[in-house]
Amino acid sequence: MRPALILGAVLSLTALAAALVSLVWTPWDPTAMTISARLQGPSAAHWAGTDHFGRDILSMLMAGARTSLAVALVAVGIGVGLGVPLGLTAAAHRGSWLDELIMRGNDLIFAFPALVIAILITATFGPSATNAILAIGIFNIPVFARVARAGALSLWTLDFIRAARVAGKGRARISAEHILPNIANLLIVQGTIQFSLGILAEAGLSYVGLGAQPPTASWGRMLAEAQTMVTLAPHVALFPGLAIVFTVLGLNLLGDGLRDALDPRLRGRVT
Amino acid sequence: MARYLLIRLLSLAAALVVASGVIFLMIEVTPGDPARFMLGMNAAPETVAALSAQLGLDRPMGLRYLDWIGGMIRGDFGLSYTYKVPVADLVADRLALSAPLAALALGLSTAIALPAGLYAAARRGRLGDGAVMGLSQLGIAVPNFWFAMLLVLVCALHWRLFPAGGFPGWSDPMAGLRALILPAVALALPQAAILARVLRSALIEELGRDYIRTARAKGASRPRALVRHALRNALIPVLTILGMQFSFLLAGAIIIENVFYLPGLGRLIFQAITQRDLIVVESVVMLLVFAVIAVTFVTDLAYAAVDPRLRHRG
Amino acid sequence: MSLLALDALSVRIGARPILSEVALSLAPGEILGLVGESGSGKSMTALAVMGLLPEGARVTGSVRLDGREVLGLPEAALNRMRGAEAGMIFQEPMTALNPLMSIGDQVAEVLRIHGRMSRAEALEVARERLDRVGLTAPRFPLSLYPHELSGGQRQRVAIALAIALRPKLLIADEPTTALDVTTQAEVLRLIAGLARDEGMGLMLITHDLAVVAGMADRVAVMQGGRIVEAGPTEALFRAPKAPYTRDLLRAATHRPAPPSQGEYLNQEKDQPAFSWQKYSKSDGSALLTVETATRIYRLPRPSPLAPHPELRAVDGVSFTLDAGESLGLVGESGCGKSTLTRAILGLDPLQGGAIRLGDHLVSPEMPRAARADVQVVFQDPYGSFNPRQRVERLVAEPFHLTGRPTDWRARVAEALREVGLDPADGRRFIHEFSGGQRQRLAIARALIIRPKLIVLDEAVSALDVRVRAQVLDLLAELQARHGLAYLFISHDLSVVRAVTSRCLIMQAGRIVEEGPTEALFTAPHHEYTRHLLAATPRIPAGWMTEEESLS
Repeated sequence: MRPALILGAVLSLTALAAALVSLVWTPWDPTAMTISARLQGPSAAHWAGTDHFGRDILSMLMAGARTSLAVALVAVGIGVGLGVPLGLTAAAHRGSWLDELIMRGNDLIFAFPALVIAILITATFGPSATNAILAIGIFNIPVFARVARAGALSLWTLDFIRAARVAGKGRARISAEHILPNIANLLIVQGTIQFSLGILAEAGLSYVGLGAQPPTASWGRMLAEAQTMVTLAPHVALFPGLAIVFTVLGLNLLGDGLRDALDPRLRGRVT
Repeated sequence: MARYLLIRLLSLAAALVVASGVIFLMIEVTPGDPARFMLGMNAAPETVAALSAQLGLDRPMGLRYLDWIGGMIRGDFGLSYTYKVPVADLVADRLALSAPLAALALGLSTAIALPAGLYAAARRGRLGDGAVMGLSQLGIAVPNFWFAMLLVLVCALHWRLFPAGGFPGWSDPMAGLRALILPAVALALPQAAILARVLRSALIEELGRDYIRTARAKGASRPRALVRHALRNALIPVLTILGMQFSFLLAGAIIIENVFYLPGLGRLIFQAITQRDLIVVESVVMLLVFAVIAVTFVTDLAYAAVDPRLRHRG
Repeated sequence: MSLLALDALSVRIGARPILSEVALSLAPGEILGLVGESGSGKSMTALAVMGLLPEGARVTGSVRLDGREVLGLPEAALNRMRGAEAGMIFQEPMTALNPLMSIGDQVAEVLRIHGRMSRAEALEVARERLDRVGLTAPRFPLSLYPHELSGGQRQRVAIALAIALRPKLLIADEPTTALDVTTQAEVLRLIAGLARDEGMGLMLITHDLAVVAGMADRVAVMQGGRIVEAGPTEALFRAPKAPYTRDLLRAATHRPAPPSQGEYLNQEKDQPAFSWQKYSKSDGSALLTVETATRIYRLPRPSPLAPHPELRAVDGVSFTLDAGESLGLVGESGCGKSTLTRAILGLDPLQGGAIRLGDHLVSPEMPRAARADVQVVFQDPYGSFNPRQRVERLVAEPFHLTGRPTDWRARVAEALREVGLDPADGRRFIHEFSGGQRQRLAIARALIIRPKLIVLDEAVSALDVRVRAQVLDLLAELQARHGLAYLFISHDLSVVRAVTSRCLIMQAGRIVEEGPTEALFTAPHHEYTRHLLAATPRIPAGWMTEEESLS
């Protein structure tokens, strides 16, 4: 078996497990402040130490995993849900005004980095985790549209699609029945990439105050709060950073492993 | 070639018009009257109305949009609500930091990624390749602002090699550059990791093509086939990523400025958001979007420079 | 002394043997034809000579070029040998050249690598070499890029760079397989002429026996990584010793056998000599009528204000196809036959004229039920099936036109049986089948709703000769059993001649000649038809015994 794939799966599942467990149990209440126990290093009581309010960092990390994964997952959902149908439609009508419209619309969204979208939304509606989801989700739409379109275009030239048309099937039906299952691999791989990018983006947005607001726990905001005391207590900045690195690394390894495992061209290749 | 250029220019202009419209509308739906905000809650309604008229806020929306666009073309971005100075001056001031930072990071990331990608592709499947790929995998996973915090901790506070933050200005160029080194490194490394991976896989894909076999049958050595033949063909996907990276770098720069307390565009925009100085937000966002669209245009030109098939198409 | 001598050459990749004990020799100035089906190891033999085997290949034995052992040479010495002492031409001209480098630079690079020449000097020699292969100035300046050339012209560039340093050995690996028949004839003539003029030894690798028959001094036949037979060309064709060679020769000139007597439909049983003309029998009623069909493509404007130029891909084509008839449609790439096919299948609209299938007008909007009279088999056995669906679902797809009957599984099983496959194959996925089996599945899919017409769009072109012969037999049998009409579209004249009763020749969007196949092939009227026939490689009459040429 591929060790990278296994490592990726283990890291990703750990983050997922932490998020799920935090729904019912955390070692401490992640919002409970105990000023007397502030900035403690790792110990038996607080495995990852405490922050400047005396909150348990491990508990906050677990609750933060929930925020990170939820934001990134919903953002991928938005990207897939809107981007894939757009990409499939564009490919099915290749070269038509519809294709042109969809692709130019995509280019336009691409001109707005997720951060800029978040700035605009925040300037308008104020900061919240929902903003982060929307900003990252909107950014994901053209990504999935392009992947779906590119994958679909190469399939539309194949004879089995022509055979389906000779069998009287329409473009929409062919897209759903023949194209989608054959680009599913591509979408799964892109999905894991966007998922990990979403976690990084959420952390960045929360770090500059455009994402999750207190009392919602968030890795990015933990880092923002840790910044002023990084010399006093480096562990406060260390653990949330490591949580992000391991989760993103796990998802990327998982994505690469899935691509290799799912790509029939790579299977048993000699050279 | 002329046709290609013309089409690109037209789509550049169209993208700018639509993007500016979107930004304008977003700011437009924002609740709150800027004039009241500037004068404070206690201002008399007549004063507010007078200021509104002075700022042109009572004119119809379409006209205000045209005023805004027309002003920007002339370099007049309006007056900041909070600072009461021209937005253009504020932005120019901050750009003097943010633009060199982004450029430095882009150069650094390319300088790291190019040899790393070439090396990994040449040593494909061997130890060197594995090491480069492992490191890049880690590089992609590290959030740049956290990496920046670690750099501050180690290089600035522990070793005292670089300042931990702040920007002395360009009056002493060396001091200015020194202040930007750590931020640029923090920005560049994750991007370099992505770029190196893209370059490697593009090179490996090209190395599998028929024309490489032709080159080898001519007697070209492996390194020659890699550099003279595969590299140029691999540049096409790499250019795409490079163009997209610019927008990531811009966004990244805005965040990184926070870590180093750098007075750049990022700090300007976050202050503007908290102070509801919407005209500054609007202008900076438009500037960022303009930069991304302009870089896309430059990328398209670079494609044509690399690929004769595009040059010759009409 | 021989220029090239292979002795006990064996190659394995992993545990898989690729070549086993290959022994060959080639004298200076000699043309050796290396023949075999796909996977027989002929390309690997060539790559072994060039030292270009894929990484991980383990080689044993001996390859001596001009007396020097090539195997085990260090990489630097191999680089000096390649291009200078041995040149190679590959199959795919469309991808064999670097798309970002001008043709002049690509030819000059050979000289620059080996000769320490300045760029200007190298370009001067490149000019001379390109002239030599027929790409003369001023029409073909050195500054052209590959995408500005046709396939045949690109192959000439590939030849120019292979012979740039006048190597003693030239290896051509299926150099004309991707080219049209008239271009193929020109390129083959060029390669043979160069070999003779320059005294090069030429190893010509091909799957096409007719190509080597016309060119090679000696022939070696490969199968499964071994040389099964080698000898002077004419002697080998006249008296093949190995059973495999006999199989190949028989398959290359194969004509479908008559089905067993009981299966004749509308056939005069007292007819003693079988001929395809009788056996594919038109019942005189037109099934497909094409009337001045015209399909126009708009091309991009040359300048923003100019009108769109038009390409008349199909230009006023008229013909009829009777029920039960076998009609051939022959033309080279770009002649419009694919466009015409798409229109006949009702996938693309016409800009002028009409196509009628039975009582229905064919168009993209035609009702589903009306489409059920025509089905199609495509060329590519690998791209013709959705790899995610089981065979039974793939074969049942045309039921979309007629409504899926309740006994559809039984019908699929029946169709599979008819094409010689096991009904249990329905539960399998497509990647478990070989190329020939896939074409059988494609036929089963076409057959399942009992259409009146099956369009065979290059349906056997991608198959090896022996498999092709079997599939042609199957088609003949099915036609006799079900009274099917075939529209047989191909660039391969010999196949069309073997299986059709009437034939259309298409050039530049028009039908230039039409007539009964035998008459058209023996006494062509149109200039283009004569040209095509002359260009088609052929095994000389008399080289093969009656028993072989008539299966």
